[in-house]
Amino acid sequence: MPFLQVRNMSHDFGGLRAVRDYNLEIGSGQIRGLIGPNGAGKTTVFNLITGIYKASEGEIFLDGRKIDGLPPHRIASLGVSRTFQNLLLWRHMTVLEHVKMAHYSKIRYGLFGAFFGTPGRHREEAEIEEKAVRLLGRMGIRHLADQVVLNLPYGAQRRVEMARALATEPRILLLDEPTAGMNPEELVQIIEIIRRVHGEFGLSILLIEHRMKVVMELCETIQTLDFGAVIAEGTPEEIQNNPRVIDAYLGQERAV
Amino acid sequence: MARNIWTPYSRVPLLGWFFGALVAVTLERLAGTPLAQVLGLQKIPVLFGFSVMLKNPVLIPNVILYMLIIYVVPTAVTTRLSISLANGIAASLFRFPMAITAAVHLALLYAILHVWAEISDYRVLVLRLTLIAVMLTLSLNVINGYMGEFSCSHPGFMALGAYCASVLTIGLFVNAQLFGAASLPPALGPFLFPVALILGGLVASIGALFVAIPSFRTRGDYLAIISLAFMFIVKSLIENLEFVRGSRGLSGQPDWADLPTVFLWTVLCVWSINNFVRSTIGKALNAVRDNEMAADAMTVNTRRTKIVAFLFAAFWAGVAGGLFAHVMRYVNPGTFGIQNLAEVLAMVYFGGLNSVYGSIVGAVSISLLGEALRPLEIFKWIIIPLLLILVMIYRPTGLIAFRDLDVTNLLKPKQKPDAEV
Repeated sequence: MPFLQVRNMSHDFGGLRAVRDYNLEIGSGQIRGLIGPNGAGKTTVFNLITGIYKASEGEIFLDGRKIDGLPPHRIASLGVSRTFQNLLLWRHMTVLEHVKMAHYSKIRYGLFGAFFGTPGRHREEAEIEEKAVRLLGRMGIRHLADQVVLNLPYGAQRRVEMARALATEPRILLLDEPTAGMNPEELVQIIEIIRRVHGEFGLSILLIEHRMKVVMELCETIQTLDFGAVIAEGTPEEIQNNPRVIDAYLGQERAV
Repeated sequence: MARNIWTPYSRVPLLGWFFGALVAVTLERLAGTPLAQVLGLQKIPVLFGFSVMLKNPVLIPNVILYMLIIYVVPTAVTTRLSISLANGIAASLFRFPMAITAAVHLALLYAILHVWAEISDYRVLVLRLTLIAVMLTLSLNVINGYMGEFSCSHPGFMALGAYCASVLTIGLFVNAQLFGAASLPPALGPFLFPVALILGGLVASIGALFVAIPSFRTRGDYLAIISLAFMFIVKSLIENLEFVRGSRGLSGQPDWADLPTVFLWTVLCVWSINNFVRSTIGKALNAVRDNEMAADAMTVNTRRTKIVAFLFAAFWAGVAGGLFAHVMRYVNPGTFGIQNLAEVLAMVYFGGLNSVYGSIVGAVSISLLGEALRPLEIFKWIIIPLLLILVMIYRPTGLIAFRDLDVTNLLKPKQKPDAEV
């Protein structure tokens, strides 16, 4: 039984079929890649799995449980976490607050505790804070805990987003172009982080990526998407030499 | 040289400033009238002498002298002399639970306000209205600042709270033509007054639900439009309800909203809102404001977060409305219109978004300024908006925006600044 299973999923934006009959199976602890040219529908697939869009057709199962149709925060608290291509951080909040916020669904003190500052609340907030600080330490950004994210360099912001995604204690992590806009040095670091996160947290990972180097290093198998449909699936070597993939990325004479 | 004079003041804890202020207001109580007469002022300048100065510019130096002698110099001297004493007391207070430390500070603050206000009934009235303005501003800041939506329905919530509480108190405790004879003895009144206020707040929350359910399905301008409509609906509803005497207004509320009561409710309001916005549940408002999609992906139930905050803010607006009705002892629907809305919005945006300090500063300064500039009549409505425009140009988010109110930090002794560095 695969951990995350997507069956025959399609999605339409008005008359445009953005995702067409998409299937995916990720086993526990696997790293999967999802590549494709711009506009192929990769991020739409993420938005469909995480519930931001409701699929026009198809079903999604997490660990045997049907999750399509649930609101995004429910899907997230069931263990599907993600990062965003264009870094959706909360500009006025500190790094520590970001990571604490990701514990939202596990807070037990409720509204009463929030309004009246009960001892239970202080205890729980302290626990969350301790966990958050520990996670920041593991991601190597503990020293930035009290910084407002807006002031951080790009690479650090990427780490914050990753830390925040991990703080929801996910079982599967969807990474949307984690290396976008990074220089080669940062690239090596982020590969290292993803690998470490995968090992330490025992996560399944679905990775959208443009850079072949990253995909080659990390992924066991890769899907290639073009115009919303999977055109190739296989190991990195197979994908790299697949003529349809090359066509999709580079286009060729036929298009001219 | 100038630096040497000011440096000690960085070590003054809040307690020290309170000592200074207490000495100043006591001095005014004891020696204010004779001093005012010596300086050629007829009586103690009620609101820091603004009205005297505006009416009779010749007296400006006298007023300034009065201010220096009564307020500035005593405060400065006392705080300077009591630095180590105040730090010592603050430090020993810190050995007790936080609640006791806070209670001592609040008691002292109340004492200052009480002594200051005792000089004249006008001061008591202004002070009570200012405290109510603090509640309103802070509760609106939860929606417009912390949540980043734009709500216009605060006067509506206030009206709901004011009328609900008034109907209860007048109906139960006052022999009024409207509701017949009093059914409960007045002695019970002060105990049931909080219940009436809370019910008023809850009714406002229910009203808020009607705004929240349709408008929080989406983001953007919808809330502004729907909440503005709500404000007008409430106003015209009350205008047409003969049961509460329509637009003639409702009068005869019992005089239960005295200074200590209003002070206590304000403290309760500030305390609970500050608790809320500093908890992770409350911080979720910031997450929703800054990026709702990310908040959703991080397990935050965004819809619940927004609705809860909105109802909570409406509750406090309702309570403030109830207090307002009992301070004025008269309400009419015309009070809760666009003018009221503009004032509250001005206080929120002047003081600073997303900040408890900001709301307090905004409410106090705009309220006092409004009172102080009263002699200017119509020009008041040129000066205050101009000021607001200046703030918007130079500090677009308000004077003190995005600052957490950390009570421990605020009250702690400042014994050794060197040790911290």
